[in-house]
Amino acid sequence: MDALNQLPLSIAAAIRGLFGDPHSIWADLAMDIIAFILVLLIIVAAALILILLERKVAGWTSQRPGPNRLGPRGWFQTIADALKLMGKEDVTPAQADKWVFKIAPMFILGLPVMTLGVIPYGKGLVPVDLDLGIFYFLGISAVSTVAFLMAGWGSNSKYALLGGMRAVAQMISYEIPLIFALLGVVMITQTFRLSAIVDAQKTLPFIVVQPLAFLIYFIAGIAEVNRAPFDLVEADQEIVAGPFTEYTGLRWGLFFLGEYGNMFAVSAIAVTMFLGGWQGPLLPGWMWFFLKTGILIFVMMWVRWTFPRMRIDHLMHFAWKVLLPLALLNIVLTGLGIYIYQLLVPGIGG
Amino acid sequence: MTIERTEEISLNMGPQHPSMHGVFRMIVHLEGEVVTKIEPKIGYLHRGLEKIAESRTYAQFIPYTDRLDYLASPHNNLAYVQTVEKLLGIQVPERAEYLRVIFAELARIASHQVMIGSLALDMAGWTAWGYCFRDRERILDLYEMTAGGRLTVNYMRIGGVSHEPPPEFWPALNSFLDDLPAMIEEYYGIFYGNEIAQARMKGIGILTKEMAENYSVTGCALRASGVQYDVRKAAPYGIYDRFDFDIPVLYGCDTYDRALIRLLEMRESLKILRQAVRDIPEGPVMAKVPKLIKPPAGEVYHRVENPKGELGFYIVSDGSNKPARVRIRPGAFVNMQVFPPISVGLKIQDVIAIFASFDAVLGEVDK
Repeated sequence: MDALNQLPLSIAAAIRGLFGDPHSIWADLAMDIIAFILVLLIIVAAALILILLERKVAGWTSQRPGPNRLGPRGWFQTIADALKLMGKEDVTPAQADKWVFKIAPMFILGLPVMTLGVIPYGKGLVPVDLDLGIFYFLGISAVSTVAFLMAGWGSNSKYALLGGMRAVAQMISYEIPLIFALLGVVMITQTFRLSAIVDAQKTLPFIVVQPLAFLIYFIAGIAEVNRAPFDLVEADQEIVAGPFTEYTGLRWGLFFLGEYGNMFAVSAIAVTMFLGGWQGPLLPGWMWFFLKTGILIFVMMWVRWTFPRMRIDHLMHFAWKVLLPLALLNIVLTGLGIYIYQLLVPGIGG
Repeated sequence: MTIERTEEISLNMGPQHPSMHGVFRMIVHLEGEVVTKIEPKIGYLHRGLEKIAESRTYAQFIPYTDRLDYLASPHNNLAYVQTVEKLLGIQVPERAEYLRVIFAELARIASHQVMIGSLALDMAGWTAWGYCFRDRERILDLYEMTAGGRLTVNYMRIGGVSHEPPPEFWPALNSFLDDLPAMIEEYYGIFYGNEIAQARMKGIGILTKEMAENYSVTGCALRASGVQYDVRKAAPYGIYDRFDFDIPVLYGCDTYDRALIRLLEMRESLKILRQAVRDIPEGPVMAKVPKLIKPPAGEVYHRVENPKGELGFYIVSDGSNKPARVRIRPGAFVNMQVFPPISVGLKIQDVIAIFASFDAVLGEVDK
């Protein structure tokens, strides 16, 4: 079992071994490139599996089979869809702001790649172990608002513009409770480094001490990635597809890839911060990580296919008048808890 | 120096838009997310059915009526054939009358299921939509095994109905009726009981009693505004006076009550269906009707309670085998007038829900 746990590290060591000096700059560069490719692969694989899973979950909730024609139980459906998307014409509307329009999908895909680069996937398995890991994640997720606005503004379409504006209002509002929810964990661990936070959860995951923060984070996270019931940005019943209305072919596919990548990233951060990351009994660490992330993603899909969409004013009301006060309350309670803990157990903590 | 100014945007929705039912089109003027004006545009499905009727014989026009409110086609058949029968003075056999009621009430349930499903879908409640359409399928199967058609059933004839239902119809109908209460519970659980759905529907799109009466709104929208009016009770047609059922009425006047009243009506339809299945006599399903239908010269108006509202047919006969003039009074068309005035000032998302709550079928609106 330990061998399986160490497997990725052993492979990494073997690759480093190929270079004369395992710590030369070339070996480091090679490892960085491999890590980058692996992160990209994770996103593509996640999107391929998740899109199919989403359609299957949709089928299961509304008691129908879901895609079941192509391959065993329909498992090749997404591949066929991806091939179809590649074959489509790439249309840029004549009135669009061409540069902004064309860059936006790449922008949206780039952000989850950057987020997934700092997540600890297993013991010692961190592509880039940043000191300010959480800070970095929050910065990236704040930038993703811009990508939606670019797509919405650049398309020069009314539906897209409305969608882009909704994206700005919604994502900025939900960013704040999201940040405050994560603050509780940072107060306990006194570090921004994600791998250190995972290590701090060796005995018990932080969801036990921070249940409220986990709930707030998860709700705000769903809103951050624009999924139902907070999918106002791409509300097809009102604004057709929001910022994606004018996109076709592979560019539209990139949005999909980005959406599922973001979903994976938000779930991965939730796992790292609250559910003990890769730690778990029996199974190797990286398996635990993907298992926990998968469960969170399943919950997101379950919510999406059960709840109707919120209205824009209810959405803002919920963020500012419900989630934000609760998040502040959580910070106060955490501070009190830490203070009392330090009084009871002298010499512990900073 | 930049000039700052704000401007209304006019957003075109339809005729091809994910939330528009059929080919309805509206131009929505928006101040941010708030609707300041709505311009409905109808007519994209206009086929000139009233004019077509003038060049068809009386019997030939029955299949065209299926295309009016295509979600409840037996009702349109019923309205038309009863109008012609009134003109001719034909007595319809008892068994045919009961079969007509059974099909009309099945159509009401199916139509309400579509309404609940599409209202839920307009709020992105996909699963509620899935449940409704899953259950509606069983009604379509019942249509299919009797008349052959699933959507445009074309079951009624002048003087009766086209077929005796096959033996397997009755057990299938009974099992559907047994499951219906559970289905209604399920719709309530997945959609009506949801906090988000209630927040979006309650108190939204107020259609006051006075306004409903002034705009001559009929059907569920009127009953959700506190007026207990239903043609089945007010002016019973066919054999509706023999059944024991209530007319549900709600006083909320909002989108939620317009949606909820459909659930209550499905319960009442269940009562009627139970009684009809219990009481249906043996006998022929078709009266003796001359091959060539030539009603005496004159005019007649007849109305029925369609799931969408009051459906009326006005036929003028000049004594020939073709009607001289047919006028259709579709419930959904009349109800739609009230939609723009009650929607102004609300959010665009509310407007979508309000439109769905009126349950307009464009086949009927455009004729």
